Amino acid sequence: MEKQEVKLLGSSISPFVRRIEWALKLKGIEYEYSEENLQNKSDLFLESNPVYKKVPVLIHGGKPICESLVILEYIDEIWPQNRLLPEDPYEKAIVRFWANYAEDKLMQGIRNVLMSEGEEQAKGVKQVTAALHIIDAEMKSITKFFGGETIGYLDIVLGLTVLWLEVVDEVSSESKMFDLQSFPSYSKWMEAVKDLPLIKDNLPAKDILYREEQITLTVVPSIDNTKVE
Amino acid sequence: MGDVSEVKLFGTWSGSPSPTKRVEIALKLKGIPYEFIQEDLGNKSESLLQYNPVHKKVPVLVHNGKPIAESAIILEYIDEHWKYAPKLLPEDPYERAMVRFWANFIDEKLRSRALVMSEGEEKAKLIKEYIENICVLEEGIKRDFSGKSPFLNGESPGYLDLVLGSSACSHRAIEEIVGAKLIMPEIHPLFFAWVTAMKNHPVVKETLPPHEGLLNHVLKYKQRTLELLNTKA
Repeated sequence: MEKQEVKLLGSSISPFVRRIEWALKLKGIEYEYSEENLQNKSDLFLESNPVYKKVPVLIHGGKPICESLVILEYIDEIWPQNRLLPEDPYEKAIVRFWANYAEDKLMQGIRNVLMSEGEEQAKGVKQVTAALHIIDAEMKSITKFFGGETIGYLDIVLGLTVLWLEVVDEVSSESKMFDLQSFPSYSKWMEAVKDLPLIKDNLPAKDILYREEQITLTVVPSIDNTKVE
Repeated sequence: MGDVSEVKLFGTWSGSPSPTKRVEIALKLKGIPYEFIQEDLGNKSESLLQYNPVHKKVPVLVHNGKPIAESAIILEYIDEHWKYAPKLLPEDPYERAMVRFWANFIDEKLRSRALVMSEGEEKAKLIKEYIENICVLEEGIKRDFSGKSPFLNGESPGYLDLVLGSSACSHRAIEEIVGAKLIMPEIHPLFFAWVTAMKNHPVVKETLPPHEGLLNHVLKYKQRTLELLNTKA
C-alpha cells in the first residue's frame, strides 16, 4: 500500500494539537505540521473542518479528520504499532469512559473556571476538584501509566492537565486553586508523564499557554475565530 | 454462538430522547438476549449506584457482571464483542472516524432537553439554533454519507443512526411542545428521508413509543422538572 501523506493542521497555542503530536511521534509516523493562523484561516483549514473551524485537523491521504479524540482512535486503527487503546473490548470501553469523563469534567471544567469569576468560578473550582478526586482514586490502581509501562490513549487525553493546572493557578486571581498535594496518585502520574522526553519536548511553552489563557480570559466567549478546540 | 453470557440493561424511559432506547435497539438488532431492569430515577437502585458510581445514570449494560456506562460507549462495546452482522459501525477506519465525529456533534449540538424546557425569548433562540444545526447535519449527511442508504450505516441502522435516532424519531413530540417545526422536508430533505426510514424500521418502531405516548411522556417530564425546580427555589 502506498504511503499516504499525513498532515496536521495545528496552532502553537492549542494544547489539544499536542495530543495528536504525541500519538504520531509515539508511533513513529512522519507528518507535515502546518501552523494555522486562527485569526486568518486558510482555505485548506476551512474546507477541512467546516463544522467547527477548529484545530487539530489530521489530513491523511487528503481526507480530513477532526476532533482530537476521534483523531486518536483513527491513528490507533490505521497504525497499530505501539497501541494506544487496549485490544479487549471491555478494557477499551473503560478507557473511553474515562476519556469522556476527563474531557467533560476536567478539560471543560478548567476552561469554565478560567472563563468565570466570583461565585460562578468558585462553583467551577469545586466541580473540578471533585473530578480530580475521582480520577485520583482511579489512578491508585495503576503502576506507572494507564497504558502500562508506556503511555496510552488515556494518558495522552489527560496529559494536557500536566501543564494546564499549573497555568490556571498562575493566571487566576486566587492562589492554589487546585492543591495538587491532595491528589497523591494524580501528582505521581503527572510527574511520570512530565518526565517523558516525548511529552517534555512537546509541550507548549508555559508562556504560550499562559498567553492563551489570558486571551481566553479577555476574549471569551463570543469571538469564535480565536477559539481553539 | 455458544456464548453463554448474561446481559443486563439498566434503563428507563424517563425523559426524551432516551439513550436507553439506543442500546435496546442495538441489542435487538444483534439478537442478543438481555434482561431489562427498569430504574426509577427518583429512587435509584443499589445495583445501579454500584455499577455506575461516577454518574449514577442509565443506561448501564452489565455483561457477565461487568458494567459499561454511556450509551455511545455501550454501542461500540456491543459491536466489538458481538462481532457478527449486522455491524453497527463501518469496518473502514476513516468511515468510523466520520461516524464518531457526527455522533459527538449530535450529542453536543442537538440536545432537545433545554429546548423542551425553554420559554419565550430563550425558546426562540434555541429553536433557531436547533434548526441551524439540523442544516449542518443535512450538509454532513450529503457530504459524508452519500453512499449510505436508507440509513447512515447502510442497509441496517447502526451506531450513528441510533445516536441520532433516539431524539430525531421523537421530533414530532418535541415540535408539538415547542410549537414550531424543527425538521422540514423542504429544507432538510435527506434528514427527513432518513427519519422516515428509521421510524418505519420494524425494530425501531417496536422499541420507540408511538407519538401520543411520546408526547405525553415529554410533557410529563417537563412538568416534573418544573416542579422540581420550583420546589428547590
